[in-house]
Amino acid sequence: MELYQLTACEAGRALQKKEASAAELVAASLDRMALVESTINGFISLREERELFREAEKIQKLLDNGRQLSPLAGIPMALKDNLCTRDLPTTCGSKMLADYRPPYDAHVVDLLKGAHAIMIGKSNMDEFAMGSSTENSYFKPTLNPWDIERVPGGSSGGSAALVAAGEVFFAIGSDTGGSVRQPASLCGVVGLKPTYGLVSRYGLIAFASSLDQVGPLTRDVRDCAAVLDVIAGCDPRDSTSADRQKEHYSSYLGKEVKGFRVAFPSEQLGLGIEQYYKEVFLEGVGKLGRLGVEVEEISMPVYNYALPAYYIICPAEASSNLARYDGVQYGFRSGGEQDLLELYFKNRTEAFGPEVKRRIMLGTYALSAGYYDAYYLQASRVRTAVKQQLERIFEKYDFVVTPTSPTSAFKLGEKVDDPLTMYLNDIFTTLANLAGVPAISIPCGLANGLPVGLQLIGRHFDEGRMFQLCCALEEELGMKGVRPDIRTALEREDA
Amino acid sequence: MAAEFETVIGLEVHLELQTKSKIFCACPNRFGEAPNSNVCPVCLGLPGSLPVLNGKVIELSLRAALALNCEVPPYSKFDRKNYFYPDLPKAYQISQYDFPLARNGHLDLYSESRLIRRVQIERLHIEEDAGKLLHGEDGAASLVDYNRSGVPLVEIVTAPDLRSPEEARLFLELLRRTLLYTGVSDCKMEEGSLRCDANISLRPGGEKALGSKVELKNMNSFRSVQKGLEYEAIRQKSVLRESGSISSETRRYDESRGITLEMRGKEEEHDYRYFPEPDLPPLIIEGSRLKEIGESLPELPTERGLRLAREYEIPPSQAEVITASRGLADFYEEAVGHFNRPRLVANWLTSDVQSLVKEWDKEDPMPFTAFRLAELLRLVEDGAISTRMAKEVLKESFDGGESPGEIVRRKGLAQLSDEKELASIAEKVLQEHQGAAKDFLSGNKKSLSFLVGQVMKHTGGKANPQMVSKLLQERLKKT
Ligand SMILES: [Zn+2]
Repeated sequence: MELYQLTACEAGRALQKKEASAAELVAASLDRMALVESTINGFISLREERELFREAEKIQKLLDNGRQLSPLAGIPMALKDNLCTRDLPTTCGSKMLADYRPPYDAHVVDLLKGAHAIMIGKSNMDEFAMGSSTENSYFKPTLNPWDIERVPGGSSGGSAALVAAGEVFFAIGSDTGGSVRQPASLCGVVGLKPTYGLVSRYGLIAFASSLDQVGPLTRDVRDCAAVLDVIAGCDPRDSTSADRQKEHYSSYLGKEVKGFRVAFPSEQLGLGIEQYYKEVFLEGVGKLGRLGVEVEEISMPVYNYALPAYYIICPAEASSNLARYDGVQYGFRSGGEQDLLELYFKNRTEAFGPEVKRRIMLGTYALSAGYYDAYYLQASRVRTAVKQQLERIFEKYDFVVTPTSPTSAFKLGEKVDDPLTMYLNDIFTTLANLAGVPAISIPCGLANGLPVGLQLIGRHFDEGRMFQLCCALEEELGMKGVRPDIRTALEREDA
Repeated sequence: MAAEFETVIGLEVHLELQTKSKIFCACPNRFGEAPNSNVCPVCLGLPGSLPVLNGKVIELSLRAALALNCEVPPYSKFDRKNYFYPDLPKAYQISQYDFPLARNGHLDLYSESRLIRRVQIERLHIEEDAGKLLHGEDGAASLVDYNRSGVPLVEIVTAPDLRSPEEARLFLELLRRTLLYTGVSDCKMEEGSLRCDANISLRPGGEKALGSKVELKNMNSFRSVQKGLEYEAIRQKSVLRESGSISSETRRYDESRGITLEMRGKEEEHDYRYFPEPDLPPLIIEGSRLKEIGESLPELPTERGLRLAREYEIPPSQAEVITASRGLADFYEEAVGHFNRPRLVANWLTSDVQSLVKEWDKEDPMPFTAFRLAELLRLVEDGAISTRMAKEVLKESFDGGESPGEIVRRKGLAQLSDEKELASIAEKVLQEHQGAAKDFLSGNKKSLSFLVGQVMKHTGGKANPQMVSKLLQERLKKT
């Protein structure tokens, strides 16, 4: 096995045991990148190699001096390009911010730096995190390492593809309606949307503030817990950050899961899900039973309302969050305007892509006088109902299990012109954002050679037990270490 | 008979709170510094930044709310008010919409201890200020200074309870006084820490329904609030008399020309698309906190004025002057505590002391204390110095910081009140001016002042004039 194929925790152990050096890990990442990045297109910007090796050397010295560092120390990783970094531009995948360099680091960046993780670069994403395929990036589409004719999902598609392709050991994404879990599912990696308030949003460029949450994309459940151990915690700079005792998530791994109760809203599988895909998922659900977990089918009518409510609240907040991009202080400036109104029109018309414009218009409409009650207010009520129904379910069950996404990776250009079909990608994922609860996607199996993701939704702040169950299930599913064969994909391209 | 038209006015007042830092970040809340020197990612609205509410803002807002007799519900929240303008870096202002911090308050306007108007306070809410747009002289460029962006404000909205432009000004002055007492703001209209917009409409006398209102902006002093409203009332009256109708619009007062001009019509009104601010949790106000803040409030100017007039038997108008500032009122009561002649103290305070205070424009605390005023007045009462001398001593004590007693001693100002010595001088003066003495005895009372003046001259002005007059008369009667 080559270095780049290790999980982050395995790589970390190799460092501790002096089986590998931090510089070798960086080199492994860079070599892998040299081989596949021109195909995958997972990065928007990269740090200089010299700088990376200098950082690796520093960390190596600390390790050699016997310093106890975090399990992520010396591990190459990528950050979604909507997390503010001083060292690299932060573009949000948009022409609007193509040259924007924030004067400060996001809270998670502070924490990852503190843990001595090595940030290789910033990963590609749908513009302002709006999309499910990373095709909405201003810069370029990212390709799926399992099949380079297909999308990696989105909006954290760059992060998911980089982890799957072996270019980095883990990545950080953000999830507003499924933007970590859906690409994790399509790329065959683990992706977590933590409980709202568990990870600080300070320095995460806002899309829909009441739904956004930063989360890890990793090669296995253990890595996911290890990353959450670093990035979770109260931050006084984020007023929605939860003020609670820090947990040690990794300590839940390997514990007995017998007796856990899981609800399965089976009637939701009727919703346009491909048969072969459904079978792989159902097999995964069946394996829960083998672990001694009680799985019960339930009815969850609220699922039918979650998506429409999400597509009101999310654009409404986005329309307000994105109003600041006017080119006055920073960002794209068209020039040549005659007056203030023209300045706004030109800058915003020329620098935003069609999906961003679509959501700004939807959201502006939903908040307008005369429509507010029918749209935003009504959607807020649905949101409350979603929370309540979920709470009732969690009185009886520990988790809800669903597929992460209705399909495996689809082809580039297949859905990009059909926003409604594209929005259906979020059908299983938005619920957790509306309710603020944690949800994770783990690889469940392959259907026609493409990964299928299984989602578990849990109670508020129940990430620990979620990892506990996922870790056991991961063993049972046997997907650990199953990696895409990009070489084959490349050869196919050559042929 | 009812008047032809009744003027109906309501005010919207914005107040900058006196906090050390801004409302959602740690930048200093200071006026008059170099442009864009007090800014950070939060108040610049940079991508990824988030607001964190300054606790002091809540405390000061609650003080203001309680001083205005408002109800403070246990739950309130923040909302976003969305609009585009270059001085608003996030393109939304964090404000409060449907659940303001406080509502249903009132403030009573008195004149001469008589209630003339109870003005309802409809709501009081918290919001952030915007930056400031500076237009280049050539008109080619505009610059933005974000120092003011994120300065904490409260907005106070009154019901349309005011009935004349003068009343509006008086109310605004009372509001200012009341808020100054609570220490929530320095309330300087010239510096913009207190800003006032007004809604004004006219209706036929006796009519209950309100007429269409005009929102009047850009009044930058108490005087211009009254002047602007006066102009607008006359303008509306003439439109209505010519059977025209008033269109609901926003007008601005042009101070230099003394007129109001149309700013924007109703159809140009913004749709602010308010919605709950997702970055801030709701504001929960505990009853115990309200109680604590209520108890820490000082006696407010209206109540205090009424009490001073009653308790010290001074004229209500004088009590109003004394309670114009909390410092002056405290000064008064302390001085009376040291020297129990409330009316005398009030007279001195509202004339001589006050004019000195007004001239005092230094940053240092005033060197003249209530104790010193009491000391000065006691010197007068004991006959040690004359009233005229006392005024000089007052000025000197005020300027130099020396106590009145010290000044009198150092300058040998003490009055000559030794009866024997004065008597011999009086005797001498009568000898020198026998003509004047004779005039007095034949009924010319003016000659007495002349004779007193002569004694004063002999003593270099130090003689106690009452005593001199008494001695002269005694002697004249004997002859
Ligand atoms: Zn600031």
